[in-house]
Amino acid sequence: MRIKFHQSLGDLRERLLVMAGMAEQAIQRSIEAYRTRDLSICELVFRSEPAINRLEREIDQMALDLLAMEQPMAIDLRFILSVIRINADLERVGDQAVNIAVRVREMGAFANYDLPVDIPKLASLASAMVRKALQAFIEADAELAEAVLALDDQVDEMNDAAFLSLSTLIKEQPSLTPQSLNALIIARNLERVGDHATNIAEDVIFWVRGADVRHASTAL
Amino acid sequence: MDCLPGTADEAGGGEEEGTQLGVGIEVEHLNAWYGKTHTLQDINLPVPANHCTALIGPSGCGKSTFVRCLNRMHETIAGARAEGSVRIGDIDIYKDASPVVIRRRIGMVFQRPNPFPTMSIYDNVAVGVTLDGTSARRVLDERVERSLRQAALWDEVKDVYKKKSGASLSGGQQQRLCIARALAIDPEVLLMDEPASALDPISTSKIEDLIFELKHQYTIVIVTHNMQQAARVAENTGFFLSGKLVEFSPTHQIFTNPRDKRTEDYITGRFG
Repeated sequence: MRIKFHQSLGDLRERLLVMAGMAEQAIQRSIEAYRTRDLSICELVFRSEPAINRLEREIDQMALDLLAMEQPMAIDLRFILSVIRINADLERVGDQAVNIAVRVREMGAFANYDLPVDIPKLASLASAMVRKALQAFIEADAELAEAVLALDDQVDEMNDAAFLSLSTLIKEQPSLTPQSLNALIIARNLERVGDHATNIAEDVIFWVRGADVRHASTAL
Repeated sequence: MDCLPGTADEAGGGEEEGTQLGVGIEVEHLNAWYGKTHTLQDINLPVPANHCTALIGPSGCGKSTFVRCLNRMHETIAGARAEGSVRIGDIDIYKDASPVVIRRRIGMVFQRPNPFPTMSIYDNVAVGVTLDGTSARRVLDERVERSLRQAALWDEVKDVYKKKSGASLSGGQQQRLCIARALAIDPEVLLMDEPASALDPISTSKIEDLIFELKHQYTIVIVTHNMQQAARVAENTGFFLSGKLVEFSPTHQIFTNPRDKRTEDYITGRFG
C-alpha cells in the first residue's frame, strides 16, 4: 500500500546516506590534512563543500515534496522530520571539515611544533560519534543512538583539556600563539562535530521512539 | 424518562435556544450485532462535551455502526441489536429514554446530503421542529434562521429560502442544509457520518469550519475516512479495527506517535 510513497521514503533515506558519506569523508580528510599537513588534502575538502551543499538542498526539497504531497503520519512523519534535521547537521559537519582545513592551511605557514594536544584522538572520538549515530540511523537503533549521547561528554572534556593546555602554552611561549590558536579552533570544531553527532542520535531516537530527548539534561 | 435533563424547553425557545453546552458521552461495554455477526465488541470510549471526536478505521471496522448506536439507529435494522451502556449526560440511552426522544437530542448528518426534494429550504429546516409539535410561525421563523446561520448557509439563501427547493442547492450547500436541519431541533450532540466525503475541497473546508464553530455549543462525533480531516477537526480520535476500538487518544498523539502498532500501520498506509 502507498507503494510510491514508501519508495520515495526509501529514496530519501538513500540520498541522506550519500550525504552522510560525503560529510564523514570531509571530516576524515580534514583530520588527515592536519596530521600530515598536506595542503592538497585541504583542497579536496574545499572542493567537496559545494557538492554537500547541493545535496543538502536536494534532500530538503525531497522532504518538502513528501510533506506537501503525501501528508505523512506517525513514524513516517517523524522520519521525514528527522531526515530534515539530520541533513542540516551533516551539512554543518561538512562546514566544520572546511573550517579545520582552513586552520590546517594557516598552520602550514608556521614551523611545525609538537603541540600539547592530541587532535587525532579527539578527531577519532568525534568521528566515531558521527559513524555510530549514522549506524543507528541505518539500523533504526535507538539504543545505539543513546550510546552516542554518552560519548559527547568525553569529547567535551577533551576539548576543555585542549583549551587548558593550549592557553597555558600561549602564556608560557607567546611565539607559539598562532599555532596554538589554530589548534584550539580545530579542537573546538571537532567538539562541534560531536555536538552534531549528538543531534543526529537524538533525531534517530525521535524517529524510532517518538521521544524528544533534546536538552534532557537542561530541562526544568 | 422522556426528556434529557438540562435541555431547552421547547415552548420557551427564544434567546436561550442554541446556546446550551453539549454533553459528554460515556460508552461502556457496548456490543452490537447484525444477526449473528458480532459487529462491535466491548467498546469503551469517553466523548468529552464540546469537543469533536473523530472515528477512523478501514471500511467495515464498525465505526459507522458505533455512531448509529449512539442515537439508537442501529436497532432500526432488522436483526440488529446492541447491548451495553451509552450515557449521554445523565441518561443511559438504552434504559432511560425512548429512541424518538434520543434522536431528537442527538442530531445526525449522513455521507450523502439528503434534503427533502419537494420541500423548500425553509421547510427542510423546519420539518423536525414541526414534527416535534412546534407550529408557532414566529418560533419556526426564528429557529430556521438561527439554524441556517449556524450552518453558515444563511447568507447564501436568505433571499430565496422560502421559495427555493432544498434540492436546488449545490452538494455542499445541501450538506449544510442537512446540518441546519439537524441543528434546528436543538440537539446536544451532533453525529456526522462522513459528512464531507461527497464534497469538493471548498465545501469540505466549509464543513470543517462549521465543526470548529459548532463544537462550542455541541458535542460532535465524526466518522471519516479522511485522516487529514480527522487531524484537522478533532481533539480526540478513535481507531476501530474489526469491531474493536484499538486506540483512543488525543488526535495529535494518534497522528504523530500512536501507541498501538496497528494504528500506526493503518495511518501510514502499511495496513494489510
